[in-house]
Amino acid sequence: MYWNSLSDFLAMGGYGRYVWGSFGMTALVMALETWLTLRRQRAVRQRLTRQLLAAAKEETQEEHEKVRPEETP
Amino acid sequence: MTAHERRTIPFEGKNGNNARMTSFTHLYKFSAPAAFYPLAGRLIPWFWGLAALFGAIGLWLGLAVAPTDFQQGEGYRIIFVHVGASWMSMFLYLIMAFWSAIGLAFNTRLSGMMAAALAPTGALFAFISLWTGALWGKPMWGTWWVWDARLTSELILLFLYIGFIALTRAIDDPRRADRAGAVLALVGVVNIPIIYFSVTWWNTLHQGASVSLTKSPSMAAVMLWGMLFCALAMWMYAIAVSLIRVRGIILERERHANWVKALLLDRAKH
Repeated sequence: MYWNSLSDFLAMGGYGRYVWGSFGMTALVMALETWLTLRRQRAVRQRLTRQLLAAAKEETQEEHEKVRPEETP
Repeated sequence: MTAHERRTIPFEGKNGNNARMTSFTHLYKFSAPAAFYPLAGRLIPWFWGLAALFGAIGLWLGLAVAPTDFQQGEGYRIIFVHVGASWMSMFLYLIMAFWSAIGLAFNTRLSGMMAAALAPTGALFAFISLWTGALWGKPMWGTWWVWDARLTSELILLFLYIGFIALTRAIDDPRRADRAGAVLALVGVVNIPIIYFSVTWWNTLHQGASVSLTKSPSMAAVMLWGMLFCALAMWMYAIAVSLIRVRGIILERERHANWVKALLLDRAKH
């Protein structure tokens, strides 16, 4: 282990804000991208499933409406 | 039925030709979105695992083991994110251009989706490269930014990514959007060797390559390994996140295909 103490590590020999600004921004945007991409993939799946179920429901209703007039002459 | 649909159907394994496929054409069947979607889903956890493993090793070597630099003190440690991000920003563009070329040449559906899935991650790495470069430049050069060849060409790379995303999203018909994006990606690929060789072609403030294919690296072994593992972690991350994105794009674009409907309804039941 290279560092003597945590404050030593955080100070980075006086370059703390540059080093941590780099690592921090990298971690932040990578986490943000992961979150947004997962969220979008889930949203697409849910929206398509909803549309599919709605379309299926509509189809069966239409079939019922078609059948009914024949049943009641 | 359009030409490209006819072309991909034989590879979906429904016509009994599977036994006669050679191993190469067997691989080729994954160019059909229906076959690629579940494959990508199975691969994603592995790439996350590799990204975490390589990232842990790289950060450990870079932040805990590697000694200080005799010229730059601890400030040099920005290298562990900067170099990997810069490599990935260029590499992902080459892959994007590769898929664009395949799409233009063979009119395959999946290639356009791959290119579209890679662009945001490429843009992200170009941004990280510029951001960490600025934070490195300030203490070492005394300035956040200079209009030097390396920095300017990397900024152009970010604009190329953003331009690709904006152009493909502005066109409603996905097939036309793919083609327009592919042309942009292929024209812009000329920028990649310009970025890579800028430090040798011009007199830049940016230093020359620390690692190259032709000569041994000009840095300590532990620093080099830390940098390589961090870059590998970013590579694995890029694959994982692009695969998630391409799965979303596949669902959206293939939503009228029977396999997508079956898959969604199957999921909805559970």
